[in-house]
Amino acid sequence: MKNVQKWGRTWGPLLAIALVAIALLVVAPAVLSPFRLNNLGKYVCWAIAGVGIGLAWGRGGMLVMGQGVFFGLGGYAMAMHLKLEASMATGGPDAVPDFMVLYGDGTMPGWWEPFRSGPFTLFAIVVVPAVVAAILGFAIFKRRVKGAYFAILTQALAVAFATLLIATIQQTGGFNGLNQFTLFFGYNLYDPVNKKMIYSIAAAVLVVCLVVVWQLYRSRFGELLVATRDAEERVRFLGHDPANIKLAAFVVAAVMASIGGALFTPITGIISPSDVDATASIFLIAGVALGGRALLLGPALGAIAVGFGQTTLSESFPDQWTYGLGLLFIIVILCFPAGLGNAWSQVTTRFRRSEAVS
Amino acid sequence: MNDDYLEIRGLTVDFDGFKAIDGVDLTLIQGQLHFLIGPNGAGKTTLVDAVTGLVAGTGLARYRHQDLLRMKSHRIVRAGIGRTFQTASVFEGLSVLQNLDIAGGIHRSAWGMLRARRGTPSYVEEALETIGLTALRDKPAGVLAHGQKQWLEIGMLLVQDARVMLLDEPVAGMSAEERDATGELLLRIGTERTIVVIEHDMDFVRNYAQLVTVMHAGKVLAEGSVAEIQANARVQEVYLGRTVEAEANRA
Amino acid sequence: MDAFTTPLLAGTATGALLLIAALGLALTFGQMGVINMAHGEFLMAGAYTTYLTQQVVTNTDVSILVALPAAFLVAGSLGLLLEVAIISWMYRRPLDTLLVTVGVSLLLQQLAKDVFGAQGDPVQTPGWLDGFIDVFGYHWPYRQMFTILLAVAALVGLGLLLKYTAYGRQIRATVQNRDLAETMGVSTRTIDRVTFFVGSGLAGVGGVAVSLISGTNPNLGTTYIISAFLVVVAGGLGQLKGTVIAAFAVGIVTAFFTDWFSSSMAQVFTFALVVIFLQLKPQGLFTVRTRGLA
Repeated sequence: MKNVQKWGRTWGPLLAIALVAIALLVVAPAVLSPFRLNNLGKYVCWAIAGVGIGLAWGRGGMLVMGQGVFFGLGGYAMAMHLKLEASMATGGPDAVPDFMVLYGDGTMPGWWEPFRSGPFTLFAIVVVPAVVAAILGFAIFKRRVKGAYFAILTQALAVAFATLLIATIQQTGGFNGLNQFTLFFGYNLYDPVNKKMIYSIAAAVLVVCLVVVWQLYRSRFGELLVATRDAEERVRFLGHDPANIKLAAFVVAAVMASIGGALFTPITGIISPSDVDATASIFLIAGVALGGRALLLGPALGAIAVGFGQTTLSESFPDQWTYGLGLLFIIVILCFPAGLGNAWSQVTTRFRRSEAVS
Repeated sequence: MNDDYLEIRGLTVDFDGFKAIDGVDLTLIQGQLHFLIGPNGAGKTTLVDAVTGLVAGTGLARYRHQDLLRMKSHRIVRAGIGRTFQTASVFEGLSVLQNLDIAGGIHRSAWGMLRARRGTPSYVEEALETIGLTALRDKPAGVLAHGQKQWLEIGMLLVQDARVMLLDEPVAGMSAEERDATGELLLRIGTERTIVVIEHDMDFVRNYAQLVTVMHAGKVLAEGSVAEIQANARVQEVYLGRTVEAEANRA
Repeated sequence: MDAFTTPLLAGTATGALLLIAALGLALTFGQMGVINMAHGEFLMAGAYTTYLTQQVVTNTDVSILVALPAAFLVAGSLGLLLEVAIISWMYRRPLDTLLVTVGVSLLLQQLAKDVFGAQGDPVQTPGWLDGFIDVFGYHWPYRQMFTILLAVAALVGLGLLLKYTAYGRQIRATVQNRDLAETMGVSTRTIDRVTFFVGSGLAGVGGVAVSLISGTNPNLGTTYIISAFLVVVAGGLGQLKGTVIAAFAVGIVTAFFTDWFSSSMAQVFTFALVVIFLQLKPQGLFTVRTRGLA
């Protein structure tokens, strides 16, 4: 019996991840229409960012309210490449994106140039958010800025980022963002088969991210991260700098958000400031809170559920979705601070306990 | 020469004009149980705070050619100086074993940190044995009795391999048996370490102290064996006198 | 001279506005550890109260004087409601209050959109505020001076309340040591409610000033809330003077950046400045030193 329990503790979570993988990679493509599958792909991208938020917030206690920034760094990096790919397909190797001709003088800023290269774009999607998160995190954590201060600073970052994007219409498309892509690394984006392929990539990336955090959570680093969340000063007297521990989790979360954003762009066909601003960042938090911030699968499933809820509610009541999101925050945080995933396990443990008594 | 001692010279801690520590000189040598006593507000805890980087101090606190006053807390711990707190601070959600294991983290590589724990490292087993919590190894630290938590903290210092242990009132709130067990434990582990104990309980001091430093109003008042301290008139006046009186009243 | 006085004076007015908004935030954050993200929407409520008052009291010269206490009451009541209905259930979970109030903020914004429309409404400037004085070539509007006056009044009023009334003493006692205050017979529950009422009410007063400058708008709160929080963060907790200095610093610095670059770059630079400032003073301008593990 004890062996079964031990086996379950080690392999149970992997089994659960495997079930998620089967549901997303086998079942969903078989039963969903291309339109619904594409929607699911969008939620999966939010879920990838959500997994990172679960790591930083749920396990690390850092309320990251500006993950939209990292989502946007990945999303815009990918969008720049896709935009250039589309332009180059029609206008030759030196072509410039259409909106730069429309809003500007038709010259392209130098920092766009490397994004003509696919490999560089993939490299940038991982490295740019990591560097930004490392610099910002270093500045914040080393000086022991934490709790609400940290949350506010990250949200201020999201506000500043979106403002900057809107203001730079000639370089980033401004309020409209970047859209009208035709190719994804050579694959035609209008071909349903290719759309399905991109969905599968996103789903596979989500599964990989889940496996990564599974290993992180069971590692000594994971234990130390939780210890830092619960008693930061005590960890200092174990000989660790809590700043480094938090920094590592923050950087991983940023990279995950960026990868989610990068896949979001080809799936939705557009990335704009409203996908990455403070409200979008809060939207990312909502799913994680709903699913259970400290759980393995909670953030991912919560993000998918909130995405699904948004689409469904907006379809029937276009303007009332905001009420739903607001109420969701209030009810979940007030009544189920550990998330619905945990509420369920609390009920079952209570059930098991009463069973043991009787 | 053996450089395994902690030397404090002219240590001063200034809280916005109030000198909590005022030019303290102290040498802590390996292998003897060194007790730090004094009335409330004498600056005992602040002294430990300054040496462990929790508050800023001026002067010198040297251990193995490193000036602790210029180092950050976690660096000081890595240099081999560990401490406990007045209120036992263990990770209540983690098991006894996990608490000890996490304390051994500084000796692991970054790669090792990313791997899950398999089995129990031998130094954790040894520490469990030494502090007598082997039977409770899988219990969450939160359910431990107060005394057991203090022992667990000492065990965590053992796993950290702290060469200097600064213990802030380790026996406060303990029963008589627990006090004796703690005293024996300190004697056992103290032979090859530098152990400093802040304590109020005079019976405990009498039974286990090998060297006593009395602090008063941020300064060192006297230093010596228990007998010498008890005979010191100034100490009796500011500290022991009151205790002796109180004991007399109680009897 | 113009390049210097214009941003300086306009920035001072912005700083005054930020101060009114930040005072309430600093008060509730310092006392209860509560981060109220719906505070911006209380500002919005104040602006809409001004608009509604003008619909009832059509003489704009008078209506603004009616609007001030009305806005204080409306926003204060909203704050009180929030405290009683939600915050008081989340005692000692400060980081979670931040998220719950995000939800409240979303609800209030949508409500304003549904009731008043997404476009916002203009607010008439009363005749006695319609004008300017010439300061070294800058036409300094009376409205901006009025904002500064309001901020000074709010500051003085709050200072007197904290210093000379029984409530004030109890508030300060609660800020310094909640548990001790409780054992000394202070009803910290009541004090929390008073603080929330006053702090939110001040936001309502700030909303009156905002409405004079930019009219009403459902998204009005989001424009100011982040800057107001940056002020609280940079000012530090426990003392009003930190908030005052930080508010005017942020207001004036932002105005200069706006003058030199653009308003969006100003936001980015101000954010960067606050992060850099926190490198020097991680706890903000003024803090109380304590010993121990806290």
